[in-house]
Amino acid sequence: MTMATTIDKAGPRRKLRSMSRDRTWALRWSYVFLTIFAIFFLFPPIYTLITSLKTSGEISAAVNPWWVYHPTLSNYRELLGSSQFLRFFLNSAMVSACVVVITMLISIPAAFALARMKFWGSATLATGVFLTYLIPDSLLFIPLFKMFAVFHDYTGIQLLNHWYVLVIVYPTLTVPFATWIMIGYFASIPKELDEAAIVDGATWMQTLLRIFVPVAFPGIIAATIFAFTVSWSQFLYPLAFTTTASELVLPVGIITTLIKGDVFNWGQIMTGALLSAAPPLIIYAFLMDYYISGLTAGATKG
Amino acid sequence: MADVAITTTPHSAKAKPRAKPVSGFRRFLQKKSTIAFFMALPLILLIAILVVYPAIYSIHLATLNKSMQRYVGFGNFKFLFTRETFWMVVRQSCLFAITAVVFKALIGFITAHLVHNVPANKQRKWRGMLLVPWVIPPAMTTLAWLWLFDPSYSAFNWILAHFGVGPIPWTGDAGWARFSVILVNIWYGAPFFLILYLASLKSVPEQLYEAAAIDGCNWWQRIWFITLPMMRNIISITVLFSLIVTFANFDIVRILTSGGPLDSTHLFATWAFKLGIESSDIPLGASVSLFMFPILAIAAIFILRDINQRGNEAS
Amino acid sequence: MADVELRNVAKTYDNVEAVRGIDLDIADHEFVVLVGPSGCGKSTTLRMIAGLEDITGGEITIDGDVVNDVPPKDRDIAMVFQNYALYPHMTVAENMSFGLRLKRFPKAEIKQRVDEAARILDITELLERKPKALSGGQRQRVAMGRAIVRHPKVFLFDEPLSNLDAKLRVQMRIEIKKVHQKVRTTTVYVTHDQVEAMTLADRVVVMNKGKIEQVGTPNELYHKPATKFVAGFIGSPAMNFIPCRIEETSGRLCVRLSDQIAFPLPPERAARYKSINRDDKLLLGLRPEHITDAKSNSGPGFEPFEARLEVTEPMGMETLIYFPVNGAQVCGRANPSAGAQDGAPLKMTVDLNNMHLLNAESGVVI
Repeated sequence: MTMATTIDKAGPRRKLRSMSRDRTWALRWSYVFLTIFAIFFLFPPIYTLITSLKTSGEISAAVNPWWVYHPTLSNYRELLGSSQFLRFFLNSAMVSACVVVITMLISIPAAFALARMKFWGSATLATGVFLTYLIPDSLLFIPLFKMFAVFHDYTGIQLLNHWYVLVIVYPTLTVPFATWIMIGYFASIPKELDEAAIVDGATWMQTLLRIFVPVAFPGIIAATIFAFTVSWSQFLYPLAFTTTASELVLPVGIITTLIKGDVFNWGQIMTGALLSAAPPLIIYAFLMDYYISGLTAGATKG
Repeated sequence: MADVAITTTPHSAKAKPRAKPVSGFRRFLQKKSTIAFFMALPLILLIAILVVYPAIYSIHLATLNKSMQRYVGFGNFKFLFTRETFWMVVRQSCLFAITAVVFKALIGFITAHLVHNVPANKQRKWRGMLLVPWVIPPAMTTLAWLWLFDPSYSAFNWILAHFGVGPIPWTGDAGWARFSVILVNIWYGAPFFLILYLASLKSVPEQLYEAAAIDGCNWWQRIWFITLPMMRNIISITVLFSLIVTFANFDIVRILTSGGPLDSTHLFATWAFKLGIESSDIPLGASVSLFMFPILAIAAIFILRDINQRGNEAS
Repeated sequence: MADVELRNVAKTYDNVEAVRGIDLDIADHEFVVLVGPSGCGKSTTLRMIAGLEDITGGEITIDGDVVNDVPPKDRDIAMVFQNYALYPHMTVAENMSFGLRLKRFPKAEIKQRVDEAARILDITELLERKPKALSGGQRQRVAMGRAIVRHPKVFLFDEPLSNLDAKLRVQMRIEIKKVHQKVRTTTVYVTHDQVEAMTLADRVVVMNKGKIEQVGTPNELYHKPATKFVAGFIGSPAMNFIPCRIEETSGRLCVRLSDQIAFPLPPERAARYKSINRDDKLLLGLRPEHITDAKSNSGPGFEPFEARLEVTEPMGMETLIYFPVNGAQVCGRANPSAGAQDGAPLKMTVDLNNMHLLNAESGVVI
């Protein structure tokens, strides 16, 4: 059965390379490129920080813009002492807080109903929820603007140019995706848990509040963070709907008031930008994993 | 087990539940489908009143004249077709969206691989650093870039000056302005791709790579024959998703260039804002916005098809 | 404590009849096991009793009240699930008391019931732990504790031991039996494992394809199966079925298995079978323990024969022997010292006192 066969190895003889040496080099190159990308992604915020510590004099001087020679906190003092800036901050905080609460109040029951309780039209609704996320704010802001104006004509209630109009509109941005996230988390809870709760005598509401919410708590945190971040960062709606300084939220406030005519007070602008970016960044620093799981849950769970 | 005598306690708090016949209406209220409907009702109302209705309303608005007194049918649309700016906006929006998304996906893909190569305990740190652009409000980062691109004080130009390269009009020249807005969008959006692709990479079974190594694959063959096919679904979903979102982008262009110079960087969103809110021509603004819709709808159909396919494959 | 009655109960899903009109009476304090292969409808029946599935047809009565439209929480039943279904964010004590807390029982009574159940199940030290800190057996006990504290009329068990390893399963079987001896609540228990059925039940209900094949005590089912399905399902290794005919040879009634093998019937069997049509296709049903090596057994009704063994499986306590007869693979139990070897012939006897004769077409035991 055994035959002596000569196999003609016609290929060029390859120099045998050390596998571990290859791996080390691959790792080194990975770190090199990672560092390059990290610099790319981090330098704008760092530059913002650097600029915020400069005086106007230093900014306009012809020195190295990437370094601070005479760091000062004067920009911070001025902004944090400015009642207008604080007003912006407060508006943003109030709007975001309200929107987060409203979002969770709407999404959690809706996600529970869609994930667990099949009812007539639930499949269509679930797809519909996903599709609405694809109707962007840049399409809706004009008709909404007109709708609020018409509303004022009919009822005398002026919603435009008040910070609370944003509380009405922002949920359209946060609720669909938050619902999507929660559906993913709820769907991963084993079905027997519901049945055990039913046998134990729980109503649907009790099952939701006493079982699902605690067990899916990471998802709730992820959805909350998402809703907060979206509300805090919104720019188009407030730009379109609010004009009076006392009603502005941070992004719009900084841009419209700190940029007066042709004079750009860059030190203050950068300080404002950094202070405005601080809350999301701080949340991110502490709750990074929830941030990320919110993103991936929505997309990979389909 | 302990030997315990069960004392049957009189069921104090519990009366023997007799199944009472309940009225038809109450039964209806207690039915699962009714409760579910009411739970989903706020969501339905929100979407119906603040999303679906305005979308339809904008179609109606687009058919009115500027002062919104008269019905002009397709008048606004015909008007737009004649304007050169309109076609520029169409071209720019497509160029912007497609270029930005391609590069975002590419950078996201590459960085995901880089992070994945690094030992697991260090990955968190790198991932944390690379995700920062996505966390900061886009309006604020655009301000930072605006400052970096400033005609007189650009920090970039300062560096380039050392190499003898003349000051670049980042926002002053049409070509450079287009480049700049795309760059900022890429900077802001790539981390999103990174995170999703990284998660997807981790779910590719290691054994496939081991089998490939034995079969003698080099690195790009591995990517082409194993990684990409396994990630096909997430790639197509993220790309389509991002196309929609990028196409409808407002913040970056508005802050960086306000659509200039000379309307060369206007997207549908920014131009609609300029016409509709700043020039108070709501119907015209609505018409411009509506042009986004066909493209978004096509992308949405593709996404839905992909999700359904993936659902079928998975089951 | 209550009795449960099923009258013509049926369940249809989208044109599939999962349960087809079954009748069953379960007496107060009884431990009834529904057993059968996957898809036979036993879990569906249990879930209909629980109220987790709607009843398509028929009536279910608990303690005299028809409960068809009554939601689970008002039926006064408790259920133990296959996957335990413990609430992961609650401690053991909170898991057990959840149902009582929902019904607003006074705290003192809740504590008393939980402690009582914990003592019965020997889980008192685990009361403050969370489910993820428990082993499989402990979780199962907590699930039972959750059922016990409700003092329900009926306990329902849905394959509770399927997730445990073999050794733990044997242990938990004993514990479940002990609990029933103490608590004496009417119990309906579903399993696919006939060993569990035989060891735990007062009465066993064998189900197949949505219908009840036979109801009886374990001994009745083992020794007096009514159909081929029951005969083949109960007992391990399974009963042998050998195609055969009845014939008359020299004045005696015999059962002929093949050209070489025919056994004369013992007198009371001959009397029972004498009216069988000689042309009928029949099956001889013999349990492996009734096919043994010749050395160990003899007596009236024991008929000798010889066959060449194909495979032997030494089990220690006995040796299982496999050989073909008339195209059927037959399994017997031999004494380990009988010298059974693969491929070698062995002298054996069959104990026809314990034979069963089945109609090959209808599967009914004659």
